[in-house]
Amino acid sequence: MKMQVIACNQLSLELGGSRVLDGVTFCVDEGDFVGIVGPNGGGKTTLLRVMLGIQTFDSGKVSVFGKPPGQSPEKIGYVPQRLFFDRSFPISVRELVLMGRLPKKSVFERYNAVDRACADEAMHLAGLETLMERRIGNLSGGELQRVLVARALAGKPELLLLDEPTSSIDPEMKTTIYDLMAHLRARLKGNLTMVLVSHDTETISHYVTKMVNLNVTLNLLQGFENH
Amino acid sequence: MLHEILAFDFMRNALIAALLSSIACGIIGSYVVVKKIGFISGGIAHTAFGGIGLSYYLGINPLSGIIPFSLAAAMIIGVLGKKAHVAEDTAIGTLWAIGMAVGVIFIGITPGYAPDLFSYLFGNILTVPTFDLWMILLLDVLIVALVWLFNKEFLAISFDEEYAEVSGLPTMGLYLLMLALIALTVVIMVRVVGIVMVIALLTIPAALARTFSRSLPRMMLVAVLLSALFSIAGLLLSFLLDIASGATIILVAGLTFFGVHAWQWITALMKKR
Repeated sequence: MKMQVIACNQLSLELGGSRVLDGVTFCVDEGDFVGIVGPNGGGKTTLLRVMLGIQTFDSGKVSVFGKPPGQSPEKIGYVPQRLFFDRSFPISVRELVLMGRLPKKSVFERYNAVDRACADEAMHLAGLETLMERRIGNLSGGELQRVLVARALAGKPELLLLDEPTSSIDPEMKTTIYDLMAHLRARLKGNLTMVLVSHDTETISHYVTKMVNLNVTLNLLQGFENH
Repeated sequence: MLHEILAFDFMRNALIAALLSSIACGIIGSYVVVKKIGFISGGIAHTAFGGIGLSYYLGINPLSGIIPFSLAAAMIIGVLGKKAHVAEDTAIGTLWAIGMAVGVIFIGITPGYAPDLFSYLFGNILTVPTFDLWMILLLDVLIVALVWLFNKEFLAISFDEEYAEVSGLPTMGLYLLMLALIALTVVIMVRVVGIVMVIALLTIPAALARTFSRSLPRMMLVAVLLSALFSIAGLLLSFLLDIASGATIILVAGLTFFGVHAWQWITALMKKR
């Protein structure tokens, strides 16, 4: 039997007086590629934050790797929306990707040869060979997106959580980032579980194996299995 | 000329103070700039004025009075900013004014005249006693050691605090530690440029250094050098022209800052043509 990676049961939460998530129930098994879709403002990112353990919730039960959310950082790779940090920050691609090793290191511990090798491998997987020493301010949106994927991969995660990877990216890169996801799944076989949040139901339906639909107007949860 | 200047004891102390304070200033200033917490740092600095007033009242060395006061200010501002249900800038602005008010009241109820109050507000690097130099050195060592120990964690919370938290780092504790280091840097720099102008010298060298740096450690190194350059140039100018040293240092730094930006703007304009 496949291991259950995420179990979410009757999850509800309110933010600023309005009910963002209402009785959300779904599960993610090992090796799944799950797409969470819904309209903008439909609580997709909030749901992702709950799974990451950085958003509290009112009721329901959520477990990630059999523990409460936030208790297994070393098993999770997180690819945030790229808009939330400063592009003028003095940091190179290599250093940014190395940050993906943080969950595996204790405080005071310095990055060693193993960490550097993992970062190198992740940069190769994401096709960043020629950009390793580049300062992040000089990257295109699509390149930066791949850097964030590489950072998540550097920690050798068992679960990859991606927040709106297509948003505000040029049409050409849009396919490329999904092709990268498909490529990763093929390379890492069933060892990598992926959960992707997006409002672009049409595009991701070609890639995911399972879809979770957060439809606020119907308060319904629909799912389908892709074979 | 330099030989003559160095013949004065007070000038030697002033130069040493300028160099030592530049170390903390460049390193911590870089965090202030990349994490965009200039206003928070200004709040810590001004709240620390309460510590100076308290020191006058108790009759102790003001530098030792500022340390606990600015550390407490850093913790309160850090916690209020993250947890309180008021806007962060409101919380900081309020504490900023309360700290100053406490300082003014303590100085008011202290009998007699407050001798070098002005030098704590606006700095007077020419009157740094040797005891303070040792204290500055000690704080420098502490700051450098902690930054060395926590460099990957500080980089992570400066770059993307949410990602750092997801990675399992104790981000709140690290953030408070960073604010504590800012508080100690403020203490060091009070002697050089004074409470009111600390924030300028903390941010200008680092902001300039960012333009030329590809990594945070490089930015810190350049910021330390620039800070030393500004302090020494300002010190010598103030000596030669017989004007206030703290204000001269700030003017040298500020004018360089605007000069560099004007130059960049002009060259960018020329390229466009």
